[in-house]
Amino acid sequence: MNISKQFDRQTLLLRISGELDMQTSETLRQTIDSEIERRGIRQVMLNLKDVSFIDSSGLGVILGRYKKLTALGGALVITNAQPHVLKIMELSGLAKIIRFYTDETLAFEEGRGAS
Amino acid sequence: MNPNQIELSFSSRAENLSAARMVIASVGSQADLMLNDIEDLKVGVSEAVTNAIVHGYQNDPDGVVALMIQSDEDKIQIIVRDQGCGIADIELAMQPSFSSDPERMGLGFVFMKSFMDELTVDSQLNEGTTVTLVKYLQHPPSSH
Repeated sequence: MNISKQFDRQTLLLRISGELDMQTSETLRQTIDSEIERRGIRQVMLNLKDVSFIDSSGLGVILGRYKKLTALGGALVITNAQPHVLKIMELSGLAKIIRFYTDETLAFEEGRGAS
Repeated sequence: MNPNQIELSFSSRAENLSAARMVIASVGSQADLMLNDIEDLKVGVSEAVTNAIVHGYQNDPDGVVALMIQSDEDKIQIIVRDQGCGIADIELAMQPSFSSDPERMGLGFVFMKSFMDELTVDSQLNEGTTVTLVKYLQHPPSSH
């Protein structure tokens, strides 16, 4: 798994590629948690375009970060999820909690419009 | 003809999850499954092996997880076996959100049930757990 980081104003954009399982999602957890603690990041956007696989461990880490960020008054949104990744997120109920966007631009526009 | 069989044993380490998924993906693609069905198999194996590592062996990396795959023209059967701590109450463990760890969603068995056609769990306390998953192959109607 690979994570590329980009900052756009107050938002941390993470473009993830590879598979999100128990092994790899730990890296994602540490990446987001350290940005929350060190840089005070509160808005996180996860671009899952190149995520080819996710299981309940990966979903658990995403849900955990979502809960942590919302508790701090922030947000976590997901963009570009592939159909089978979206399917598992819908089945888990995650798609009812977390906001999904088809692409980054839409997510940014809505994020700015709301603030 | 006997079913084709693959058996793989590996240490109870999370880094072996991707190898387990690769094996089942290869079996699925040789059975001419659609990409979606192969993804389902990968989720099933990933959840079963994760359970063996996290729950069976309580993250002890020195356990051994056995993955057995049998495939014939009707179905693919996956058996994941650990010799870990076992499950005291299987029915309770299979409930959604049973997990005691807030970082885990407790959806492992729910996903195995949803993405596979059959799920059987056998467990003995302090002896281990065997999870059997079955996916039936739907062949197009024969032209004969």
